[in-house]
Amino acid sequence: MKLKFLIPLVLFFILVGFLGKGLFLDPREVPSPLIGKPAPAFEAPVLGDPSKTFSTADMKGKVWLLNTWASWCVACREEHPLLVEMLAHDIPLYGLAYKDVEQDALDVLDKMGNPYIITANDADGRIGIDYGVYGVPETYVIDKAGIIRYKQIGPITPESLRDKILPLLKELDA
Amino acid sequence: MIALRHIFIALALFVSAFSFHTTSFAQDQFSKSPAVEARLKKLSTELRCLVCQNSTLADSDAPLAQDLRNEIRKLIETGKTDEEVVAYLVARYGDFVTFRPPVNASTALLWFGPFIMLIIGLITLIVVLKKRAKLLAAEEVS
Amino acid sequence: MMPDIGHYALILALVVAVLQGVLPLAGLPKNNEKLFAFATPMARVQSLLVILSFIILDYAFYANDFTVYYVATTSNSNLPLMFRLAAIWGGHEGSMLFWVSILAVWTLAVTFFAKELPLRFRSSLLAVMGLISVGFILFILFTSNPFERIFPAPFDGRDLNPLLQDPGMVFHPPLLYMGYVGFSVAFAFAIAALLDGRLDVTWARWTRPWTTAAWVFLTLGIALGSRWAYYELGWGGWWFWDAVENASFMPWLIGTALIHSLAVTEKRNAFKAWTVLLSICAFSLSLLGTFLVRSGVLTSVHAFATDPSRGLFILLFLVIVIGGALTLFALRAPSVGLGEKFDLVSRESLLLTNNVVLFTATGAVLLGTLYPLLIDAMNMGKISVGPPYFDTVFVAIMVPGIFLMGIGPIANWKKASVPDMASKLKWALGISVISALIVPSIMGRLSPMIFVGLLMAFWVMSSVFTSMKLRLDAIPSGTLTQKLKTFGRAYNGMLLAHFGLAIFIVGVTMVKGYEREHDITMQNGETKVINGYNFKFEGILPIRGPNYIAKQGQFYVSKEGKQVALLTPEKRLYPVQGAVMTEASISINPVRDIYISLGEELEEGGWSIRVYFKPFVQWIWLGCVLMGLGGILTMTDKRYRIKKVLNEQSITA
Repeated sequence: MKLKFLIPLVLFFILVGFLGKGLFLDPREVPSPLIGKPAPAFEAPVLGDPSKTFSTADMKGKVWLLNTWASWCVACREEHPLLVEMLAHDIPLYGLAYKDVEQDALDVLDKMGNPYIITANDADGRIGIDYGVYGVPETYVIDKAGIIRYKQIGPITPESLRDKILPLLKELDA
Repeated sequence: MIALRHIFIALALFVSAFSFHTTSFAQDQFSKSPAVEARLKKLSTELRCLVCQNSTLADSDAPLAQDLRNEIRKLIETGKTDEEVVAYLVARYGDFVTFRPPVNASTALLWFGPFIMLIIGLITLIVVLKKRAKLLAAEEVS
Repeated sequence: MMPDIGHYALILALVVAVLQGVLPLAGLPKNNEKLFAFATPMARVQSLLVILSFIILDYAFYANDFTVYYVATTSNSNLPLMFRLAAIWGGHEGSMLFWVSILAVWTLAVTFFAKELPLRFRSSLLAVMGLISVGFILFILFTSNPFERIFPAPFDGRDLNPLLQDPGMVFHPPLLYMGYVGFSVAFAFAIAALLDGRLDVTWARWTRPWTTAAWVFLTLGIALGSRWAYYELGWGGWWFWDAVENASFMPWLIGTALIHSLAVTEKRNAFKAWTVLLSICAFSLSLLGTFLVRSGVLTSVHAFATDPSRGLFILLFLVIVIGGALTLFALRAPSVGLGEKFDLVSRESLLLTNNVVLFTATGAVLLGTLYPLLIDAMNMGKISVGPPYFDTVFVAIMVPGIFLMGIGPIANWKKASVPDMASKLKWALGISVISALIVPSIMGRLSPMIFVGLLMAFWVMSSVFTSMKLRLDAIPSGTLTQKLKTFGRAYNGMLLAHFGLAIFIVGVTMVKGYEREHDITMQNGETKVINGYNFKFEGILPIRGPNYIAKQGQFYVSKEGKQVALLTPEKRLYPVQGAVMTEASISINPVRDIYISLGEELEEGGWSIRVYFKPFVQWIWLGCVLMGLGGILTMTDKRYRIKKVLNEQSITA
């Protein structure tokens, strides 16, 4: 019967376990509910050439990456050199210029290199809302069936590229 | 501690790797209908702003919050119910976006735990009080 | 030079704190009075050293010494003096030093005001406080040293976050920390009593004023913070159920439970194990709150996720302090005696039921605060738990508790009878039901929540008056003040605190039920009628503050031709941080606030403006102040003046 006096201690240690685990989690990172779901379809003008449009329908049957970015976003600049490097590896990277002034975005591509096969222009952020973008840069990996398989929140890092994105692309291409 | 909360909001804004700058050309496009505004108000106080995560969609000045408010206005004007609006946002941002967690298996403990705890607590109190009375009575006899 | 002295003082304080913690405890087994004698002087020296290092750091703020990295990050030479001095608790390192300094203040208070405690008991008490101090000083020295220097010194500091540049910043943190940390005294009393095997009526009597003191500070601190948020944030909210707020609210709830269970323990020498557990819980929740706020597990500070060392340190400290205390509890509590008899229906039982309610309510707040973390830790996704959850669950649990609160003061100690209480309270119940219907009919809208809220408020009020009346009638002669004096301050304080809670509930119910919000746009010179008031917008004036520039709106508010107020909300730019702040302007009166804040200047001219009407909102904080006053009254009751108690004891012995 004396065991009941141990209850507070036991509860406390369970709590400590969770708190300890919590220290290594990032409360800001919100996982996307879109993973495993079809990528929202959109058709948008191509950045720098509004007469053309980019459509997700064109991407059917291909594995591709959609990277949302903006010229006003500092973290995107950090990420940019890595993206340019990825181009050399033949990675199918498409861009989505999110809530940007077209000329500003083009200037960045001029200055820092253009890693994108095509960049779609989401000037009013409508497409961003459909993709659940809450802070650029965010990157989606989309498979042949048009299903979102992975979302990188924040800049792509060499580690996340090596450990997550590249293996996933290999798997999807197979 | 409220003070500290703001330190954190400020830090989250400045330190954050994900930046949302002042390039907002979005502004709240108020609806002509007060009923739409009233519903927006009610809904947005229960929704979380994803950029400055400690405030509600109603209170936030972040550009994304303004975009989402305008989006909700449109949804309301096209005749969507409150549930449909919330579902629309949850489909895009996950349950994280609502301050009212859905009632399901993983939140059953959250929603019902306190009431079960109250009932168990009261029953325990009565049992303990009765047992105590018995023990004290026994002591008196001996 | 000076900052280094501060650093050394803190290191020295650590050494002394170790002695303060270890020597008296080493004396316990053999009752070594020589070792006990170290406790008081060590405690005093340690406290003074900590306070000295605090003063030195604050002097660095005063002198704009930007060679101190912490000063350079949280202050600026243009910052007004008042805010410079308060900026010390505006960041992480300084607030931790402030935490130990407040502990030092409480330690000093114990050495001066608890002189009459037996030497052995007082020494263990101070030893426990010394050990807590050791943990926090270690934390500061190893992970968060506020005295760190930077050479060459920056030309000027990065400034205090403009949101914190408010008189609220000067007074809110000290009160709050006094409350938070004040529970360490009750905690130390509990540990000392467990170590000593002296859990008895005198222990409860000694603990009570200290617990109440901490509770009073916490009550006022939370209230002040809430009021500050109300006017500072520009959207008129006063409580957000934010993790950081909950962290301060949980110790308050448990502290409230503790105050009530101490009453049972003092009167009947009963439920001692429970009371001691609550003492441990109150301080544990303070520490947990510190952990939650400081580690960033809930509060979205990205930088912390990559460097959990501070969090790990506090967690380890929690394990040692709380884990140790609860182990001691598991070992010693089973041998505690039963105490005296009381009936199932009695004031004692009602107080304990109140404990169950408050304890569960705390559990609900804790669960809601930590649930996102639990779900995330188990890889089940991310959820948010916010006001809709707490408003529903917390209120539902508290309503029965508040109903009992109306009965408690009427119930007799030891043995009460239900029919007797019912007949005493039938008028109170009738009056409160009628009032809860009349008020909404005046205000023009009735909803179940409004009815329940007002019913609870009037119920508590009328029961307070019923208790007074019954007591007054029982005294045959004397004037009202004479009669009131015979009640004793503890009893009057209790009634006042209960009445304060009723006032608070009125405020909450009226604001929630009847507040109005209007988003409008106004052109220069335009007049609009909102909620029966005329608002005339007389344009924007440029204003220059000590460290900001502002645009100040001029709004003349009148009703039926009579001038009500000139409201001047501002939009401020603080250039150092490039931050834009909204300063609301409020016209306050007892039955309603008119709250106005500036939105954006519109491209097509004019401004967007938000106007709120908040009926009875000031009653929220008035209620808290009354609760605090009630607590103060209770503390000064003569039975807690220890000399007197000891005299009584020596007579009975």
